[in-house]
Amino acid sequence: MYKFLVCTSLSSFAVVSQPRIVQASLRVQKDGVGHCTKVPRNVNMERLQNHYLFYEISRRKLEHIEKYPNAKVISLGIGDTTEPLPEIIASSMAKYAQALSTPEGYRGYGPEQGNKELRKAIADSFYQDVPVKETEVFVTDGSQCDISRLQLLLGSNVTVAVQDPTFPAYIDSSVIIGQAGDFKDEAGKCGNIEYMKCSAQNNFFPDLENTSRADIIFFCSPNNPTGHAATWKQLKKLVDFARDNGSIIIFDSAYASYVMDDCPRSIFEIPGAREVAIEVSSFSKFAGFTGVRLGWTVVPDELLFSNGFPVINDFDRIVCTCFNGASNIAQAGGLACLSSEGLKAAESLVHHYMDNAKMLVETFTSLGLEVYGGTNAPYVWVRFPGTKSWDVFSEILEKTHIITVPGSGFGPGGEEYIRFSAYGNRKCILEASQRMKTLFS
Amino acid sequence: MAAMNANNLCTSTISSSSSAFLAPTSFNSRAQSVPVRVKRIVVIRCVAAPQQEQTAYKTNVSRNANMAKLQAGYLFPEIARRRAAHLQKYPNAQVISLGIGDTTEPIPEVITSAMAKRSHGLSTLEGYSGYGAEQGEKLLRTAIASTFYSNLGIEEDDIFVSDGAKCDISRLQLLFGSNVTMAVQDPSYPAYVDSSVIMGQTGQFQKDVQKYGNIEYMRDQLTQLVKFAKENGSIIVFDSAYAMYMSDDNPRSIFEIPGAKEVAIETSSFSKYAGFTGVRLGWTVVPKQLLFSDGFPVAKDFNRIVCTCFNGASNIPQAGGLACLSPEGLKAMQEVIGFYKENTKIIVDTFDSLGFKVYGGANAPYVWVHFPGRSSWDVFSEILEKTHVVTTPGSGFGPGGEGFIRVSAFGHRENVLEACRRFKELYR
Repeated sequence: MYKFLVCTSLSSFAVVSQPRIVQASLRVQKDGVGHCTKVPRNVNMERLQNHYLFYEISRRKLEHIEKYPNAKVISLGIGDTTEPLPEIIASSMAKYAQALSTPEGYRGYGPEQGNKELRKAIADSFYQDVPVKETEVFVTDGSQCDISRLQLLLGSNVTVAVQDPTFPAYIDSSVIIGQAGDFKDEAGKCGNIEYMKCSAQNNFFPDLENTSRADIIFFCSPNNPTGHAATWKQLKKLVDFARDNGSIIIFDSAYASYVMDDCPRSIFEIPGAREVAIEVSSFSKFAGFTGVRLGWTVVPDELLFSNGFPVINDFDRIVCTCFNGASNIAQAGGLACLSSEGLKAAESLVHHYMDNAKMLVETFTSLGLEVYGGTNAPYVWVRFPGTKSWDVFSEILEKTHIITVPGSGFGPGGEEYIRFSAYGNRKCILEASQRMKTLFS
Repeated sequence: MAAMNANNLCTSTISSSSSAFLAPTSFNSRAQSVPVRVKRIVVIRCVAAPQQEQTAYKTNVSRNANMAKLQAGYLFPEIARRRAAHLQKYPNAQVISLGIGDTTEPIPEVITSAMAKRSHGLSTLEGYSGYGAEQGEKLLRTAIASTFYSNLGIEEDDIFVSDGAKCDISRLQLLFGSNVTMAVQDPSYPAYVDSSVIMGQTGQFQKDVQKYGNIEYMRDQLTQLVKFAKENGSIIVFDSAYAMYMSDDNPRSIFEIPGAKEVAIETSSFSKYAGFTGVRLGWTVVPKQLLFSDGFPVAKDFNRIVCTCFNGASNIPQAGGLACLSPEGLKAMQEVIGFYKENTKIIVDTFDSLGFKVYGGANAPYVWVHFPGRSSWDVFSEILEKTHVVTTPGSGFGPGGEGFIRVSAFGHRENVLEACRRFKELYR
């Protein structure tokens, strides 16, 4: 029985346009011609909500451009890096690519876990004080893929907790693998997932005392979308909580390089974390590698399943069976990033985006808005009490031609909030600030 | 330190890739211990490293039972381990690897310079791009459709660009979920079976028959296959990674068979055409006509998987892929393929001349040699021990591979010739 595409309470409207594929299928049903296989659709895929947040935003953007063809739309929506790669990094990749046409420079399959030099460089650059062994570092084609590989590893019989609001991929991957249960429309939540609310009222850190046990805890800090970076004390609470419950934390540190103060940049700065946590990170936001595709995951040797089996052994097996390594050209770029010159260059890019964030924070604060984030992360999280975030999104878009992200797209805990991304060139950020001043003053 | 199960030993320093002789590392390590961060408050390492497995802290998270079903490690890292052990035993041996099917010849210049150009472009305002479409860049999708599927009714939006067939196989498994049943050829590329186990579609491994429960192992011809799929309402996942090695008139795409669009998905790769085994680029075709039992289009769900569990293939390899499909690039790829096909012929002739029954080699860069009545791991070990040549034992591909050895034709010409010389000596 084909289900009509209807959006749920994650958004407050129904999808009107029907993609071509849907039309073909409807025709099949109507005419009775065309072969249906007897393969049942994966019931987990059926449970997935029928739009992906950023697709919906793209769709709205296109609609808006159609309506106002001369508008200069500024996108502070998807967190996509905008500034060109530092030359030293781009040219190392060019050099590596060129060398692939020479006998000495040609390389075939690399180790699925990543090139040895890069694994070591990651361990040395980011985990020098903690420490993390090079053999615990797995190089990947990015966090989004790693999260799904971790889900494959964990299987459908584990329970999951997420922050609320949260980056959608933790929930979506959980649904796909079959952990999440049915979606409850009224609550806007998946039945089997534990949602840990993070809002202004609790300083954007979950109330762990009132959180039920889950096998796996997804935790992102600095946080997308709230911009909050958890303090050492808060992360210690989290690690202790995990330890007391025998849970595993999957710690997403994709924005670690944006921390400007004393907050931890790695979960492994917390004592005891090695026995309870996996860390997933990325070159995307650090080096502008959103299109180049490079990241890493750390699985400590001490992390054990309940039967004593090391998690790293299974992760290695997944990596060897379901993956074939990150592109060697991207890995060459990663290595150049971690040279002293590369690190300096990447750092100045990060500072560029953080200066953008500062500008946005100052603008919104001066307008009397309730502003969070933007100091340890490239996201500014603005609260509009008593509103529906899609309505605020629409109003901002309509009146200032600025794309943002409505907080409810990140979970029910995001209602009333709007996320502004600080990725953009300086001109755009200044222009956006101006337009916001006009709208709210 | 947690003890590690020897079978699943995480020897992450051992690459499952092979090179004829140990190749020098590709780049100088310029990594230095440069602390970028503000110095931390001193971390108190108060927990001593656990001495034995029994006293080590364990989480309360159950191991995924599907992972526990897997037999030992993935086949090719296992071969790599054996090769490494052999090298330890014979440090001066000139080991030749005809095991893993890893390309060895440099990538044609027209292709690498396109990737170099794209790399340089990323450091410019005009040339920088961030997140790309998860389904792949439009130009590349169009080029793949027109190069491989013109006249077959496959369009650009049926194509999903990926970082390789192996990853796509797992994404397809995620798509299908655990409540479907699988059939595989026997023998077959191990990733189909292993990904099926991980997904929870199979039963336990049955040692007596060397098969996982709940998988059908098939001992065939494409029209019949499509007809069979149609009658049974099944979906074929057709792996055409070696299509361009075809010498005969055989179909290069499942979609050459009428009716296939309603029953098949095709996965392919630039790995073996362009030497992209390390660069990582491939594609999967999911036709619009392919429907689940409730009429829902499979492509829609695959699109969702691709958008949620993947973030697109690296943009630099995609630039390389586009160059591959230019007239100059296609010509260059044909030359490299021709080179490996000549290797194949040399190997086939060698085993022929030694009186072996030899299969394959005409339409693929693999030679399948029969050693009747013998255990393939024993033959593998004998060949390795006595000739220092790495091959792949047939039973690694399923019980139907027992009694066979796979010799890969990827290698430098001198290595292939030398390996054949050694085979001749051993089996004279």
